[in-house]
Amino acid sequence: MDINIFVEQLLNGFQLGMLLFLFAAGLTLVFGIMDLVNLAHGSIYMVGAFTAATLTLWLDSFILGIIFALPLTLLFGMVLEFIALRTIYARDHMDQVLATFGLILFLNELVRIIWGPAGLAIPLPILLDGSINLPLGIVYPTYRLFIILIGVLVAIGLYWLVAKTRLGMLIRAGASNRVMASALGVNIRLLFTAVFGLGAMLAGLAGMLIAPINQAQIGMGEEILILAFVVIVIGGI
Amino acid sequence: MLSIQSVEAAYGDSQVLYGMTLEISAGEFVTLLGRNGMGKTTTVRTIMGILSIVAGNIKFEEKIISNLPSFRVAKYGIGLVPEGRQIFPNLTVRENLVATAVPANNKGDGWSMERVIDLFPVLKDRLGSMGNQLSGGEQQMLAIGRALMTNPKLLILDEATEGLAPMVRQEIWKCLQRLKKESLALLVIDKNVDILSQIADRHYIIEKGRVVWQGTSMELRANEQLKQNYLGV
Repeated sequence: MDINIFVEQLLNGFQLGMLLFLFAAGLTLVFGIMDLVNLAHGSIYMVGAFTAATLTLWLDSFILGIIFALPLTLLFGMVLEFIALRTIYARDHMDQVLATFGLILFLNELVRIIWGPAGLAIPLPILLDGSINLPLGIVYPTYRLFIILIGVLVAIGLYWLVAKTRLGMLIRAGASNRVMASALGVNIRLLFTAVFGLGAMLAGLAGMLIAPINQAQIGMGEEILILAFVVIVIGGI
Repeated sequence: MLSIQSVEAAYGDSQVLYGMTLEISAGEFVTLLGRNGMGKTTTVRTIMGILSIVAGNIKFEEKIISNLPSFRVAKYGIGLVPEGRQIFPNLTVRENLVATAVPANNKGDGWSMERVIDLFPVLKDRLGSMGNQLSGGEQQMLAIGRALMTNPKLLILDEATEGLAPMVRQEIWKCLQRLKKESLALLVIDKNVDILSQIADRHYIIEKGRVVWQGTSMELRANEQLKQNYLGV
């Protein structure tokens, strides 16, 4: 087999893995800490993609589009948690599956109303659009390398947040014993909303990154959701 | 400082507190005594807002705290050392201490990591260990240190010496006496009546969710009958 094809496929796999990591990080954070099965995580991914697409077209810059879409997705996640999901933490997983499946239908329809039924393409900036020459004469799309780079940076950032910061300590404390954390002065509800927002932002980021390759389209979240569940089951929750 | 008035509370259908009443003044060392299942821990849970009350009220420094969320009660200045210690197992000792710490709001004389280590020197070498790697005694000291780091005005200790070796127990008693000297108010639930009747100020004995006796340490020591009626095994 040609070494070029091998390396290219290896990098493609790595790039898909990074995308799945971004998506699954939020899913497993929310499941591990709040014990919530959130099927609507894929819808947040979709909303992130559409938001970034619109902002990119308005601002005429993909990078600026992402920079402004990230806080919006964070906010969207927090609002979603506050009005819809907060009420179902205490329910069992089957109820949560049903309720969040309902959210998928609702959000798909909402996106259809706002953006219409067609997909939305995002043009890449020239800087990321071409290919890059790697050693051994391998040519690889710059944008896919960019996705890998973002994934690595987010992984380092997440590790730092959870392992080294005060907020990370509180997240771990709240995950292991929420009653005790509460009794020591931690506003667990607010903390959970923040964690959910963070997970939503990462899912949104994954959606934004894939949109230039696959377009932002309705139902895009359901495909990745299944794969992401496989990832977190194999990887451990 | 803390005032519990005619509080009733229940777990589902089974009522546990029937008109529980208790007062603690600033700087006072008060105990809550009684056999198992009489409502001591339940009283603590209602103070902390972990369990809702159905009647009565709880005030802390003249503010009503009944049925507030736990984190608000904690923010008002009540520190909890819970039954079973409940150290965060997945945090290091250092993280257990600093994660929920609150700096003192009065002239700088508050609790810090240095002061907690000064109080419990054993913890010094364990700062990097995970919470679940500690012995029972170390966990208990950590639980007390963790609560002190929130700089409370009232510290509640629920069965703080249960299952500990006599030597460690001694250390906990010494620590409580030192805290009392620093005029921290204490509410202590414990089975060791003899030592408590030496070091505490006042005592409440509860049976079936209400107070059946209250008095000073001197009165408790003088009344052998009490122990037989309400505290014996």
